[in-house]
Amino acid sequence: MPLVKDGALVADAWTRIADDAALPGDGAVTVSFKRWEAERSSLLGRNAPVGVFLGNTDPVEALASDLNRIGVVMLDFPKYTDGRAYSQARLLRERLGYRGELRATGNVLRDQLLFMRRSGFDTYEVDERGAAGFAASMAAVTHAYQPATNDAGMLLRRYTSARASGAK
Amino acid sequence: MTVAHAVTANRLRDGIPVYRTEDGGWSPQFSAVGQLATAAEAEAIAAAAGAVNGKDAVVGAYAITVEVDGAAVRPTSLRERIRAEGPTVQPLAAMRKAS
Amino acid sequence: MYRYDEFDHDFLAERVAQFGDQVARRLSGELTEEEFRPLRLMNGLYLQLHAYMLRIAIPYGTLSATQLRALAHVARRYDNGYGHFTTRQNMQFNWIKLEEVPQAMADLAAAEMHGIQTSGNCIRNVTADQWAGVAPDEIEDPRVWCEIIRQWSTLHPEFSFLPRKFKIAVTGSPHDRAAVRVHDIGLRLHRNEAGEIGFEVMVGGGLGRTPYIAKTIREFLPKQDLLSYLEAILRVYNQLGRRDNIYKARIKILVHALGAEKIAELVEAEWQQMRDGALKLPQATIDAISTHFAPPDYPTRDPMPPQLMAARLRDPDFARWLRSNVAPHRVPGYAIVSISLKPEGAPPGDCTAGQMDALADLSERYSFGETRVTHEQNLVFPHVAQEHLPELWRALDALELATPNIGLASDIIACPGLDYCSLANARSIPVAQHLGQRLGALDRQHDLGNLQVKISGCINACGHHHVGHIGLLGVDKNGEEFYQITLGGSAADDASLGAILGPAVAYDKVVDTVASLVEGYVGLRENGERFLDTYRRVGAAPFKERLNAAR
Repeated sequence: MPLVKDGALVADAWTRIADDAALPGDGAVTVSFKRWEAERSSLLGRNAPVGVFLGNTDPVEALASDLNRIGVVMLDFPKYTDGRAYSQARLLRERLGYRGELRATGNVLRDQLLFMRRSGFDTYEVDERGAAGFAASMAAVTHAYQPATNDAGMLLRRYTSARASGAK
Repeated sequence: MTVAHAVTANRLRDGIPVYRTEDGGWSPQFSAVGQLATAAEAEAIAAAAGAVNGKDAVVGAYAITVEVDGAAVRPTSLRERIRAEGPTVQPLAAMRKAS
Repeated sequence: MYRYDEFDHDFLAERVAQFGDQVARRLSGELTEEEFRPLRLMNGLYLQLHAYMLRIAIPYGTLSATQLRALAHVARRYDNGYGHFTTRQNMQFNWIKLEEVPQAMADLAAAEMHGIQTSGNCIRNVTADQWAGVAPDEIEDPRVWCEIIRQWSTLHPEFSFLPRKFKIAVTGSPHDRAAVRVHDIGLRLHRNEAGEIGFEVMVGGGLGRTPYIAKTIREFLPKQDLLSYLEAILRVYNQLGRRDNIYKARIKILVHALGAEKIAELVEAEWQQMRDGALKLPQATIDAISTHFAPPDYPTRDPMPPQLMAARLRDPDFARWLRSNVAPHRVPGYAIVSISLKPEGAPPGDCTAGQMDALADLSERYSFGETRVTHEQNLVFPHVAQEHLPELWRALDALELATPNIGLASDIIACPGLDYCSLANARSIPVAQHLGQRLGALDRQHDLGNLQVKISGCINACGHHHVGHIGLLGVDKNGEEFYQITLGGSAADDASLGAILGPAVAYDKVVDTVASLVEGYVGLRENGERFLDTYRRVGAAPFKERLNAAR
């Protein structure tokens, strides 16, 4: 499945390890939240990058104290109409201050990419159509009304500072 | 009067109701509807219909039953009769035109 | 009225182009129907029985003359010459072709209109009191807040794929004309003990399969905190609302399952973490948006114009219209005029392209170019000089838009029903047509007063039957149309849900049955009681007897 990061197709540096599989000795791995909770200290002591895959009901707050040691958080879209991961993403970025890679996985279609980016995602596991249409989809709507993760939105700015400073 | 089976859908490009004809095409005319012997046949055709693209692509195909009385064929349910024949009420625009 | 600025125009142009591209990808087969469906719904496009249906947002029910003409244009060019005003202050076109939708949307965008978020599992078009800004009892204009909510909710990145649709209504008057207690969130502007104006916040109201009256979770919310508080509610709902069963996915189910206190607690906890963040509304923002809703510059008018007095004495039809369709305005010498879209025997809420164009002209001549849409599927001219009432009435009468029945028995609300809608179980419009004629006659005979009859063709309750004084719900019984009758509902300040009267009635008996119930009321009423008051006083028993005799 193509992976897009910062607008470009990239190879996936992370290996997802199933809950019942043995951890490899080295290399960047991601594990489920359940495994993270059970094996947190050994995962952090592995001396190789570690990431966490969160389901939609896993609490993002539980990662709060470790976020600077986590290399990627993957959030799931079990169906593209299931919007819970948008809230998880914003909480990770805005409330918990997570700065690492935030990846959208699952049923990630190109017509949702803008919502994802504005909610704080920066990496996307897309299908072939999503990879081909990535740039066009991201450029489709450049105006945003409300503040979100990556911008302040125009609702507040255009009536106050933006207008005063002469910006559009 | 006997009951037969048939397949209907809405045409993708304009949404109008269309009926599966005997030769495997789609017609906006209910009179062109192809009759099938069993519900299973109709359901199989309906299930495959959404995969076709292009000018004649259809949406949401499903099986219906029709009443056959000699040469006269009409849908069994009121809903399907309304789809085939149009609303049972005159819209205001038509009422105004007529008066 | 709110006018788009450059930002709004540029945004909408991008959105129209984006949807045009999505339509092209669907037509080419690149997008499957399953993938396309939520995209078209978020632009107000449904697939119904006979064609696509395009639902156009009329934010907080306010239309300029230009916008009315744009709707008339779409009706003529892309539809069959008419449109249908809905119970959610929207307009629906029933005969739309997918391949023409991008052009229709571009035409509407030129008049600052669109179908964005009129469907889908997102925050829907926000509704308001149709008398906003002109009601004598108003505390503050709710449209300012609707516009702020519109902007905040438009393509909200976090809340565009909620568990289910989400409806917000705002009222600024003590007398609720926006049915706020049957919305996912109802907001009521009021004054606290210190004299400050803020919001009472209600959540979890709604009709449909499981009707609930909303619960208040905050008595007083300062105005500058509105958006952060709404965002907190939506975030709680987005994460906790059920997604396993669409019939249990609305916030009302969550509120009922957890209890209003628990919801209030969760929202409060979320809100405390962000209340002073980017969503806190600066006064400058509120002021800037408020200027759009400044009242027109009303020339001084005679509050007792002699031509009005003379016309009332001379013409009983005019006098009757004046009584039922004209309400007091906050400015002396002016009136609020309701335009009935319920001529007896016609489909409720329908309006022809010709009528829309003519109304646009009349609104410019008599109402400062402004028209409102009501959740009862009628229209309103909000600023009419009293002295113009006789000539306006004659002009409306010539257009068949002066039916004197606002709030009366023949002012029936009905969803499109099985004649158009793919979800319906039974027809609504023909029942409304026949019932309108029958009740109109009874009303002339007995002066029935305020009587709200509301008809839904299925349990989704677009006709708001639960809150009708008399509600009819279409059900399918072995392929036959039946109607379940509920009595005692109200969407006003005394909001209540109707109770089912008894077994459902067949299509060909329903008009007679309802007429019999109304006749029963005529025999029981005391001292000018409304139907609703009589029902509440005497209970269901006498009406049950009539139902059983008639069905």
